[in-house]
Order: sequence, then structure tokens, then C-alpha cells
Amino acid sequence: MTKIPAISLRRLSKSFGDLDVLGEMDLDVGRGEFVSILGPSGCGKSTLLSILSGIEEATTGEITIHGTPLNESGQPFAWMPQSDALLPWRTVVDNVGLGYQVAGGLRKREAREQARFLLPAFGLEEFSRALPYQLSGGMRQRVALARTIAQGRDMLLLDEPFGALDAITRTELQLWLEQIWGVERPTVILITHDVREAVLLSDRIYVFSDRPGQIVAEFEVPLERPRTIEMLAGPQATQLELDLLRALHVGSGDTP
Amino acid sequence: MIAEGGFRQPLNRVVAPLLMIGAFVGAWEIYARNSSIGDTVLPPFSRVAQAGWADRQSLVANTLPTLREVLVGFAISVLFAFLISILLDVSPRANRAVMPLLIGSQTIPLVVLAPLFVIWFGFGFFPKILLVTLVTFFPIVVGLIDGYASSERDSVTLLRTMGAGTLTVFRLVRLPSAMPGFFTGLRIGVTYAVVAAIFAEYAGAVNGLGVYIQGASGSFRTDLVLAGVLVAATLTLVLYALTVLVQRLAIPWYTQSREVSR
Repeated sequence: MTKIPAISLRRLSKSFGDLDVLGEMDLDVGRGEFVSILGPSGCGKSTLLSILSGIEEATTGEITIHGTPLNESGQPFAWMPQSDALLPWRTVVDNVGLGYQVAGGLRKREAREQARFLLPAFGLEEFSRALPYQLSGGMRQRVALARTIAQGRDMLLLDEPFGALDAITRTELQLWLEQIWGVERPTVILITHDVREAVLLSDRIYVFSDRPGQIVAEFEVPLERPRTIEMLAGPQATQLELDLLRALHVGSGDTP
Repeated sequence: MIAEGGFRQPLNRVVAPLLMIGAFVGAWEIYARNSSIGDTVLPPFSRVAQAGWADRQSLVANTLPTLREVLVGFAISVLFAFLISILLDVSPRANRAVMPLLIGSQTIPLVVLAPLFVIWFGFGFFPKILLVTLVTFFPIVVGLIDGYASSERDSVTLLRTMGAGTLTVFRLVRLPSAMPGFFTGLRIGVTYAVVAAIFAEYAGAVNGLGVYIQGASGSFRTDLVLAGVLVAATLTLVLYALTVLVQRLAIPWYTQSREVSR
């Protein structure tokens, strides 16, 4: 890569005491690139996001954002946790507004006004005054994603956003995420253990090994944008899915 | 979204407890009329009601000071509970240091404490509110502390990644998370409040329900003693109901979500 990458990890590793969670790794993400990290459960994928979003500190190595060290870059990331982490006492519009309020420093009322503009694109207009307990799992994820966007950062860290959904809702939301992403094309790192999700959404996929997590393979996704479900049935996608499963050692008897 | 039979719930909520109270009063009435215990020792409910009604002026005049002690004492209790709970939440060291003292304060028998307060602080208003506060603050503190701890970890982490400081996290996540626990503590506390005020009055006061009951007891008017007790019980029930009402208005997200999931 000749350009300076948006996100660059060099010799990054993480241990908790004696437990090595992430082995040394180099990883680059270009500006506006959608990169997925695919790996088995407990391979340190989420830890990587925690380090990037500043919740955890790396044990070794360095992270640069557009060539500047992470700790001098302010907060470039908006993080979407695995659980939707919606506040049960806030309506949909105010949960989305949380992004503007906390990350953007707006007052609650101004944040609500801003959030209201965002709702239609997420199909949440009619639900703006609903409370989280009244929403389905898919709806909750939309709210959580809108809140992530509302933080106004140019890079998104998505931690298995659709992991808890049923297969049908998940596919619908994946296609919808692709549309949303296509509008402004933010830089995205998506954590997933769903091979098909990685293929459908990513420009590039890193495959992680079991703990300590290390990069065992890297694939470009050779599909056009915008993506459709028909593409998933095409020869390129099916071949890629097979390659990914092999890289994960699925079906080889190596996995527990 | 509306739970099945939702429209019947409010009716059941009123009718079922009224039936229970009716059954209790009926059993009391029948037993008192038919047992060999004299009317002066166990007057039937009807006589208690009659006597209480006849003496209503004095009853009301003595209920008001008690109510005032309860309300002021309880308000101070809530304020104190918030302050101490925030301190204990912010500093684990303070939690370890202060908690045994708080628990210890709950083991002192009221019977011992109430007369001491009168000796220390006189017959006035102050020892009453002090006792009410002492008795009611503990469940509220415990409810709040448990409530803070029930905050979703991911929500707290999320706010931190958004750049929120400790105060913002407290205001936007920890404090609202604690509201259900707070109201549980409030409901427990409010049931103790009237009893505590009466205890304090018993130990020495110029007026109040405690004084009324004591006086009636001294002149062997069991009917009036029980009338005073009934007023105290009603007072507690009304305060409890008010607390529930405030809870419904203050944290509808909690109450409603629990009704749906039932």
C-alpha cells in the first residue's frame, strides 16, 4: 500500500497476565475500506476492538491512525458493542441521540433534534418514541447502529452486531447495513464469526486463529458493490466461503 | 403490546385486596362478638369504628403531627441516602469503612433508642424525625447501591469510548439504572416510617398518634387504641400507594417492561 492506511497496527499484542490473548500482528485498513475479522469464539477479536476504542491498552506494539499515534488522535472510533447496550429508560430517538449528546457534546434536546433527522434512513421514524423493551431484536440493532453513526466518527468498530439475531433478520440487516455503508463509506472493522456475513459485507477479510489470536489468512472479496444476495450464490462467493472455512479449519477435525 | 387481560388488571388490583381486608375485618368482628373475651379487651371492629368516628377530631389532630414527622423524616432520609450512596459508590474504600457502621445502626433496638433520644434531644420535633430517618434510610441506601451496581457494563463502556467522564457516566447510566432499586428501598422504608414516628412519640411527645394510643391505653379504651392503630395502618398504606404511584410516573420504562414480560 502506497497511501498511508487509515488504521495501522504494528507488532500489536495483548496479554492478560500470563494469558496471551492476541499474538503479535500487523494489520492495515485503508480509508473507506470495510474490513472483517473472522475467527472462532474466544480468539481475541473483541479484545482487538477494545484496544482500538481505548478501553484496553495493548501490551506491545503501536497503532497509528492516518499516520498519527492513536493516543494523539483523539477518539477516531465509534464502537458498537456486542450487546446493543441501549438504555432502557431512553426512547429510540434519545438512545440514538446519546451519540450526539456524549460524543458530540450537544444538549439532550439538541441531540434529539439531530437524531430525528437520522431515524428515517434506519427505518425507525415510526418508532422514535418507543422504549427499547417494545422493540424486536432487529430493531434494537438498528437503533444501536444509528447511535454508532450519531457519534460522528469516521471509523466504525462493529462487534458481532447481528450475532444474536435469527438467520432471516440477520440477512436482512446485513443487506441493509451494506446500503447504509454505501452512502458515506466510512472505514469499518467488523468482528464476526459468520463466514457469509464477512463475504457479503467486506472488501477484505482477515482470518484469526484460536487464542492467542493471530492472522492466519487474508482475502480480498472479489464482488461488486452494491452487494446482493444473488452474488452469494455465484462461483466467486462460494469459492471464497470455502476458502474461508478451510482457513478456519472447519471440517478438518482440528476444531473442537 | 398490551398484555392479555390488561384491562382487568386495575380492577383486580383494587378488588382483590379489598376482599382480603373485608375477610380480615369480618373474621375479627365474628370472633370478637362470639368469644368470651370482653368488649373492653377485644372490641369488635364495628365498635372500634364507631368509637374512632366519635373521637375523630382528636384522632385527626394527632394524626397530622405524626404525618409531618414521617414526611420530613422520610425526606431527610432520602436525601441522606442519596448522598451516602454516591459516596459509597464512588469510593470502594469508603464503602468498606462506612458500611459496618450503617449496618450497626440498624441493630439498635428502637425501644432503647427512642427514650434516649427524648433524654438527649427533648420532647420536640427533632428526635422524631431523627428516629424516622434512622429507621428508613438503610433500605434506601442498599437499594441505591445495588442499583448502581446493576448498570450494564457495556453501556458504561460505551459511554467511556464516547469520551464521557465519571460524572457523565453516573448521570446518564448509573443513576437511572439505580432507580428500580431506589424505589424498592423507598417502599420498604416507607412501611417503617409511621411505626418509627409512633415509637418516638411513645417515648415522649406532646401530641401525635403515639401519644393518642398511649393515652387511650392508659384509660383502658382498647377501642380507641385500635382506632389509632387502624389510622396508622391506613396512613402507611396510603404512603405506600403514593410511592408506587410516583414510581410508575418516574420510571415507566421499568414498570411497563415488567408488566409486558410477565
